[in-house]
Amino acid sequence: MSTMAVPTTELAANRRDIRPGRIITWTLLLIGGVLMVTPLLYMFSTSLKSAGQVYDLRLIPAQPTLDNYIEVLSDGRFLRWFVNSTLVAAAVTLSNVFFDSLVGYTLAKFKFRGRYFIFLAILSTLMIPTEMLVIPWYLMSSQLGWLDTYWGIMFPGMMTAFGTFLMKQFFETVPDDFLEAARVDGLNEFTIWWKIAMPMVTPAISALAIFTFLGNWTAFFWPLIVTTSRELYTLPVGLSSFAVEQSIQWEMIMTGAALATIPTLIVFLVLQRYIVRGVMLAGLKG
Amino acid sequence: MARIELNGLTKKYGQVLAVQSIDLAIDDGEFVVFVGPSGCGKSTTLRMIAGLEDISNGVLRIAGETVNQREPKQRNVAMVFQNYAIYPHMTVGRNIGFGLYTSKLSKAEKQERILETARILGLEDLLDRRPAALSGGQRQRVAIGRAMVRDPVAFLFDEPLSNLDAQLRSAMRIEIKRLHQRLGTTVVYVTHDQVEAMTMADRIVVMRDGRILQVGTPVELYENPVDVFTARFIGSPAMNLVPGRIEDGVLALPGAKLSGIDASEMSGGDVLVGVRPHDLVISDGGGDGLAVSGLVTAAEPLGSETLVHLDIAGTEAIATAPGRVIPAVGSTVKAVAAPSSLYLFDAKTERALGRL
Repeated sequence: MSTMAVPTTELAANRRDIRPGRIITWTLLLIGGVLMVTPLLYMFSTSLKSAGQVYDLRLIPAQPTLDNYIEVLSDGRFLRWFVNSTLVAAAVTLSNVFFDSLVGYTLAKFKFRGRYFIFLAILSTLMIPTEMLVIPWYLMSSQLGWLDTYWGIMFPGMMTAFGTFLMKQFFETVPDDFLEAARVDGLNEFTIWWKIAMPMVTPAISALAIFTFLGNWTAFFWPLIVTTSRELYTLPVGLSSFAVEQSIQWEMIMTGAALATIPTLIVFLVLQRYIVRGVMLAGLKG
Repeated sequence: MARIELNGLTKKYGQVLAVQSIDLAIDDGEFVVFVGPSGCGKSTTLRMIAGLEDISNGVLRIAGETVNQREPKQRNVAMVFQNYAIYPHMTVGRNIGFGLYTSKLSKAEKQERILETARILGLEDLLDRRPAALSGGQRQRVAIGRAMVRDPVAFLFDEPLSNLDAQLRSAMRIEIKRLHQRLGTTVVYVTHDQVEAMTMADRIVVMRDGRILQVGTPVELYENPVDVFTARFIGSPAMNLVPGRIEDGVLALPGAKLSGIDASEMSGGDVLVGVRPHDLVISDGGGDGLAVSGLVTAAEPLGSETLVHLDIAGTEAIATAPGRVIPAVGSTVKAVAAPSSLYLFDAKTERALGRL
């Protein structure tokens, strides 16, 4: 009779794997995962149900149908809102990358009187909740004729304190020698920023672009307030209109939401590496 | 190529004087090395020449023109930095070509210059590589290439070899020196390494606390240092200093015998007698000069010679012995130095009193 000899190191490794701490960690992660994924699964599930099946809470629909998708996609409004959201999120993202980087670079690399005060003033705006800013934004939009315009939707987010702070922190890690070498080579300050400093902080730019795009893609409150024309609705605002028209059309809302999630999912899948890196670098809770 | 003149050049940071009214003329095509410990103002001086620091006071002239108010790019100087400062997102070719960014040359002419520079520096095969794929020495060559490609009137080097290992540093020293001989461009080079200064410079500028202590050729500085600081800074290992006293024209050193030394014309007082380790030789022989007896505290065999650390009546000193002679630690040995190899300094002011 022969016996299988189990290497002692393997046994030790197994023992390590079933430590109580590890069990608790995995359990908590599992609960967290289930809590996050379940609503998404229900969203997709509901989008595949007919109006009569909506309150049947089974995860797998009894009679799955793609009718909702056909209806939503054939409705011109949805496409319009989709385009609006894309336009707004892209423009605000580009604007943030440009202005936040420019200001962050200036605060990080130039010594001038009042620099610290300006930085504090920018940071202090982080302490004011968005809800409190909505009234001044609205008054401003009203006086400048920006109500119910694309510009009205976009202007509050064109530059953010968070983005400026993030970029400033990153630019501080760029050694001055690179910038000075470019200065000696005869480049002007704008070109140094654009050609030398910006390519050296691409992880930060990626993180900022991703967060800004996703944040604006899902923005609801301000676009709801500033827009009145249906043609200017963004996707979240447009979807919510399904809920107020006649009765709450859950299956339509969920179909729209499922479609709206697709770009976000693509962004996450394609740029996953940058998001994780960005979150780690920025010390954010993603 | 250009002559660089510094007249009363001063740099103040608030109340702190980083560079204190220095005067220096660097000749066209000359290789001048600024040397000194950290914080002595050598890099600040270089940065003022480059235009990266404002000049608080004084006049800076390059090729006869006052350039105090000119931007770095208008001075037509090129600078090589300690950490190379080659752009990580660009290939070697683009990095070298970046020096021509503002040049009005045609694309073909620029390409020609890049290739020529790469050829001189042996970088032809690396033009498409990114800096991350280069060794330290190759990166430094790219940095030099970016400076060279512009054909500047002067090269400014800010501790360019500090990040390299000893072997590579030695090789790059020779490369830079050859490059200077080939191009003949004025070079201002900053280092804290006296070996670099000695081996590369036409003239060395020794700085301390924002002031120039001494300017001279490497041999001048080695043979005739103006004070203890320069004497110890130039030469490796550093010069030994043994405290002594001159009384009634007689020099006396505790734990040492002196013969054939005439100090009758010296004024009395406490002095420091300097002797370089290579002049203090382990020997039983007699003759004129300094003869000391000391306890061996350590021995460093270097192959061609052995550095012997001695305790001479409480004073640490280094002597040399032939390569195969390695005195035992704890033993007592004798060392001698010829009268002509001795230096004399005032113990209080640390200024040189001359050679004995």
